Amino acid sequence: MEAEVGMDDVLALGGEKFASRLIMGTGGAPSLDVLEEALEESGTEITTVAMRRLDPAARGSVLDVLRRKGIKVLPNTAGCFTAGEAVLTARLAREALETNWVKLEVIADERTLLPDPIETFDAAERLVADGFVVLPYIGDDPALARRLEQAGCAAVMPLGAPIGSGLGIRNPHNIELIVESAGVPVILDAGIGTASDAALAMELGCDAVLLASAVTRAQRPGLMAAAMRHAVTAGRAARIAGRIPMRRYAEASSPSRTA
Amino acid sequence: MKITINGGAVELPGGATVGEAVRTLTPMTSGVAVAVNGEVVSRSAWESTPLSESDLVEVLTAVQGG
Repeated sequence: MEAEVGMDDVLALGGEKFASRLIMGTGGAPSLDVLEEALEESGTEITTVAMRRLDPAARGSVLDVLRRKGIKVLPNTAGCFTAGEAVLTARLAREALETNWVKLEVIADERTLLPDPIETFDAAERLVADGFVVLPYIGDDPALARRLEQAGCAAVMPLGAPIGSGLGIRNPHNIELIVESAGVPVILDAGIGTASDAALAMELGCDAVLLASAVTRAQRPGLMAAAMRHAVTAGRAARIAGRIPMRRYAEASSPSRTA
Repeated sequence: MKITINGGAVELPGGATVGEAVRTLTPMTSGVAVAVNGEVVSRSAWESTPLSESDLVEVLTAVQGG
């Protein structure tokens, strides 16, 4: 059917297939109930969690929510500053969650939360060698993206803007360059502020979008999650449909006047 | 013997295992992972791995984030 992208348009990632191209984070939600509603509305099939010291006083678990929804758990290494910390965190996540998938995140400093390319690459090599499906969070750097793909990463996850900033995609040209040369899925990660940002990521050719704050910190998280679901679907369809070229001058859309 | 679990000092009988250390925090065995002195101890080895004086034990689980 021409009005749909098609059921065969699936996200192939790490040897698995997903109908949804929206990957959700869980940070920032005011409660597990709000999070659960947002995940439901987003239609996501993959969702990230962080690994932290067990708090005996904690009530309820994000894992219970994901299990109820049948959503694949993607542990991240958020909070790690070195390759060594990230590798240990990934191994602990594999042990706790029984998955060899990891969103590799090694940040350079607390103020910008920008990813450290050197530590990230070092950790990626070690985790690939250890049998992990590695999804590295990186800057919008086409050269690093290529190197990480060559190192065996299952995807690359360039940022649109710093985590939680909601600044959108600050360098769409670089995202396009990454997409053009990538042989693995490109997942736009971080910086999404609103639905049009997610649509733009897909129009630029990204294979999926990962976001959290834009939904979890919205005034109505469930509604924003639905907006993001539509935006990702719309952006994907527009990408496949093929946009018209931009022109400097008008081109009449009505037939020229006769008689 | 005195060990450290998640940053806090804990007194356990000599020869206590990783499993006993975990149970000071939680009865859960799934969704939890343990590192002793920076090395992962797999769940199947918890009961057979003894701890030593001054060991640093980290017990982690998944939380909202990212």
